[in-house]
Amino acid sequence: MSLLQVENLSISFARYAGWLRREIIMPVRQLDLALQAGEITALVGASGSGKSLLAHAILGILPANASLGGSILYKGEKLTAARQAKLRGKDIMLVPQSVTYLDPLMRSGAQVCLAARGGDPRKLQRAAFRRYRLDNEVEQMYPHQLSGGMARRIMAASAFVSGACMIIADEPTPGMQAEDAAETMKWFRELADQGHAVLLITHDLEAAVAGADRIAVMNAGMTVEWLPASHFSDKGERLQHPYSRALWNSLPANGFYVPQSDWRAVSSREGPGCPFASCCELAAAICREEQPGMREGERGWVRCHAS
Amino acid sequence: MPLEGKGLSYRYAQDGPWLLRRREITVRRGEVVGLQGPSGCGKTTLGRILAGYLQPHEGTVTLAGKAVRAARGYHPIQMVFQHPEQAVNPKWTMRSTIQEGWQADQPTMHRLGINEAWLDRVPAELSGGELQRCCIARALGPETAYLIADEMTAMLDAVTQAQIWHAMLELAQERSLGLLVISHDENLLKRICSRIEPM
Repeated sequence: MSLLQVENLSISFARYAGWLRREIIMPVRQLDLALQAGEITALVGASGSGKSLLAHAILGILPANASLGGSILYKGEKLTAARQAKLRGKDIMLVPQSVTYLDPLMRSGAQVCLAARGGDPRKLQRAAFRRYRLDNEVEQMYPHQLSGGMARRIMAASAFVSGACMIIADEPTPGMQAEDAAETMKWFRELADQGHAVLLITHDLEAAVAGADRIAVMNAGMTVEWLPASHFSDKGERLQHPYSRALWNSLPANGFYVPQSDWRAVSSREGPGCPFASCCELAAAICREEQPGMREGERGWVRCHAS
Repeated sequence: MPLEGKGLSYRYAQDGPWLLRRREITVRRGEVVGLQGPSGCGKTTLGRILAGYLQPHEGTVTLAGKAVRAARGYHPIQMVFQHPEQAVNPKWTMRSTIQEGWQADQPTMHRLGINEAWLDRVPAELSGGELQRCCIARALGPETAYLIADEMTAMLDAVTQAQIWHAMLELAQERSLGLLVISHDENLLKRICSRIEPM
């Protein structure tokens, strides 16, 4: 059984356009994903494709005007607001992107102690500091005294001592030099090896391919493909969705191709057919009539009629 | 008319350590030069000095052998930053933003993939990639001779990154702009640069 199972999740927001006209926008429409203990799953997609909203939906920290469709199951049971409040920070832990998520008025040792579960907090924290090569003096430092690298170690240490089953990392590596990014990914690998399920949210496909076990590719609020990371290789022959292939082949190391189709020009209207039907070179008649569902192929899950 | 930094030294605190010490750099028109180095080694600072945002403590920045004139009118060395949402006025429409320095023409905007409909929106209503295209258009006035791209596409997905760089390189070649590309992404630098300067 999967630790976390997301089925046909949609997230919409109601907002007012002008004085009285209420409109609904739906940045996430069809998101399917399952996380296994002991694995790193990367959710990869364009900025604005709705990746971070999934993290917020799992933790139950979406703004009040959001409404959810579909379902999120955690350990086989539906995640309700009451369960989320009990689980977040204990069973489910967020590793945020930047140092601004640390409490600016709390010494870093105390912040890590606060997250510790299942033992003497101080001992756990000391062990985590040794593990992440943080000196004892760092315990007494406030967040503003930490370098960027130290702050990242503190946040990783918090996840390490928490004993959480599931760890969500939101864009942990952008703007980092290669060695730092590799080290960060190594930490997540260690956490997965200890039996945690890690959800890595990133726009950096290269980092995801290097570090994750499975990759879910997202575009326009939908997971279009979900498969083992090892299938991202060569010229992407083993990828099934045309958008995944376009994404892979547009990397500077893989040809730097600009795709023929403009994958962002998707129809926002709700209607029949695949939202990419107007821009996909493989589009056939059925693509305009029927919305593809997520189906299992030999190499993973894909949401496409043509593949 | 090369862009030359000679003997550039800079430090942030009055008697702190030197971040840059007698640094030399030359970029010629039509050339794409990469600037590579670990975080915190002064890549952005060097870019900001060349673009005239910072004054070096020692050394000079010259364009075609002459000192670049002080901040008045349109600056021939333009810079595009990593976070476009921090580089625009949040209350201006994109039309006002793009036209702050020059009357951006249709062909340039089309080449960068800027959609006419974006121009009446404010930054919060555009994605990062859309905003960054607008920031590039803003920096490409006819008087621009050099463009400094500081992690210009680090926040964008691979498809958008490839689209923006292809458009950028074409425009740079046509106008024989000099580009200085600051990036952590070694593959990107190898792909687009004619030479890479270590920091």
